[in-house]
Amino acid sequence: MRSIRTIRLLAAAVFAGSVAIGAVAPAFADQTLLNVSYDPTRELYKDFNVAFAEKWQKDTGETVTIQTSHGGSGAQARSVIDGLEADVVTLALEGDIDAIAEKTGKIPADWKSKFPNNSAPYTSTIVFLVRKGNPKGIKDWGDLIKEDVQVITPNPKTSGGARWNFLAAWAWAKQANGGNDTKAQEYVTQLLQHVPVLDTGARGATTTFVQRGLGDVLLAWENEAYLSLEELGPDQFEIVTPTLSIRADPPVAIVDGNVDKKGTRKVAEAYLNYLYSDEGQKIAAKHFYRPSKPEVADKADIARFQKLKLATIDDFGGWKEAQPKFFGDGGVFDQIYKPAQ
Amino acid sequence: MKAHSPTRWRFKRPSVIPGFGIALGLTLTWLTLLILIPLSGLAWRSSELGWDKFVSIALDQRTLSALRISFGAAFVAACVNAAFGVVLAWVLVRYRFPGKRVIDAMVDLPFALPTAVAGIALTTLYAPNGWIGQFLTPLGIKIAFTPVGIVVALVFVGLPFVVRTVQPVMEEIDKEVEEAAATLGANRFQTIFRVLLPALAPAVLTGFALAFARGVGEYGSVIFIAGNLPFKSEIAPLLIIIKLEEYNYAAATGIAAVMLIISFIMLLVINLIQSWSRRRYGNGI
Repeated sequence: MRSIRTIRLLAAAVFAGSVAIGAVAPAFADQTLLNVSYDPTRELYKDFNVAFAEKWQKDTGETVTIQTSHGGSGAQARSVIDGLEADVVTLALEGDIDAIAEKTGKIPADWKSKFPNNSAPYTSTIVFLVRKGNPKGIKDWGDLIKEDVQVITPNPKTSGGARWNFLAAWAWAKQANGGNDTKAQEYVTQLLQHVPVLDTGARGATTTFVQRGLGDVLLAWENEAYLSLEELGPDQFEIVTPTLSIRADPPVAIVDGNVDKKGTRKVAEAYLNYLYSDEGQKIAAKHFYRPSKPEVADKADIARFQKLKLATIDDFGGWKEAQPKFFGDGGVFDQIYKPAQ
Repeated sequence: MKAHSPTRWRFKRPSVIPGFGIALGLTLTWLTLLILIPLSGLAWRSSELGWDKFVSIALDQRTLSALRISFGAAFVAACVNAAFGVVLAWVLVRYRFPGKRVIDAMVDLPFALPTAVAGIALTTLYAPNGWIGQFLTPLGIKIAFTPVGIVVALVFVGLPFVVRTVQPVMEEIDKEVEEAAATLGANRFQTIFRVLLPALAPAVLTGFALAFARGVGEYGSVIFIAGNLPFKSEIAPLLIIIKLEEYNYAAATGIAAVMLIISFIMLLVINLIQSWSRRRYGNGI
């Protein structure tokens, strides 16, 4: 008897719940937008989405709900290829958006020209996170291959961030050796021998360095490094900016095939354009991304970014050339990687 | 001692309850949808590679060392589980003590826990600065970020398989059998090794096979504790993910197919041993 009553109660609760959700949902949003992004942008888009939804409502009177999906950049690209109906993608690497374009045709091949700055509204770079007081005296890339230094970086095969790390190291070594690629390769080979653990993603590497206490220096996205500093208190870590690094541009694109089907093109375009607006640039700078228009961001936020020389991916012939050459099957990474014994 | 087995195939006489036709149909449909179609998809995808490429991927140094680590660690972990799982099951079946129910329930926890959570927890414990790791590091023992760490993770996820397969069989062995052995003059070791273990062998093997199979394919718990160094502590499932990151679906499914073939052969062998021991000792599940 009692179980019947429980079931009835449950059924009533479920019914009431579904009615409540049904009644609320239509009032909730006129449009929904799905932004498929990579891991370390979680905090950025949380802020940005709120700001955009407000602005959209003010401009058009419509409400918009923005869903954001985060994960490893490559894995996210694969979900879109396999049919996740993203309206916009904001990923870590051009190559990932290219892959979507190639495999599905839902993004035009010339997507990079659709938004300013090669469709990269904000950029970042690779810096060093070291333990407080910098006990190993790490100042620049050359110090990373000193005898007792352990370097933490994720696996370039699975992590977009790690590919930027690798290329930044290469760019520095090449410059230090008067543009000699063989010398650069020697340096990177040595560097990899100082890596005790290869995590699969940038967040995992941060955890290894910060929580597990492994390693003397973490190669990290600048925004991740600042975030770790903010989260864990600056009394434990320091950021060291090398003399030369690489400009990492995480690109954005509209997934035309999906927005046309869903009728969300207008709001998707507005969403990405808003990243370039004064407000969007301010939010990016607040979350430690270097805005493409630094003049509109808060001065205090901009002051945190140290000046340094930046190589770009174009120095490597663009991702189309660099990806297979360095990180493809049998590429440079595969050739030089020998685990430390 | 072959039974008077007719050589031709024949359906067993159906039970008095009707429904054999519909139940068999449902079984086949269900298996096809859930297992056969996905597996043939795997074979089909890896056939895109062509034979030469398939062989070169399968025999690649890195693939081989990843397979060795995956199967090796899974094997060691399954052995550890087989030994300690039997002891655990023994304690749970034969003795009564306060908190027994709680311990019994705890055995199932690795089933329910998302393996990634287990992996992170174990890494936190065994990392050089972790609760356990900090005492082992001065002794020169490294667990996290080495193949030993992989074994630890696999022991964790595989434990319930052995305990839960051995437990019911053990419950069926009457205490009188042990008492009879004792009255006939067997000492304790003889009782264990000549009376109890043979009867339990098929169940232990089943548990071993399940724990082993689970360990081979395990990804979530291992990835955090392994360190993922190619040639050293890189497991085969990670190599598959790496191939996927390169958008190389064919190579990924190729490695998966190799794993599947090896697993299938090993499970087949285990099954044969099992049916042999069942014939030999005539007990088990």
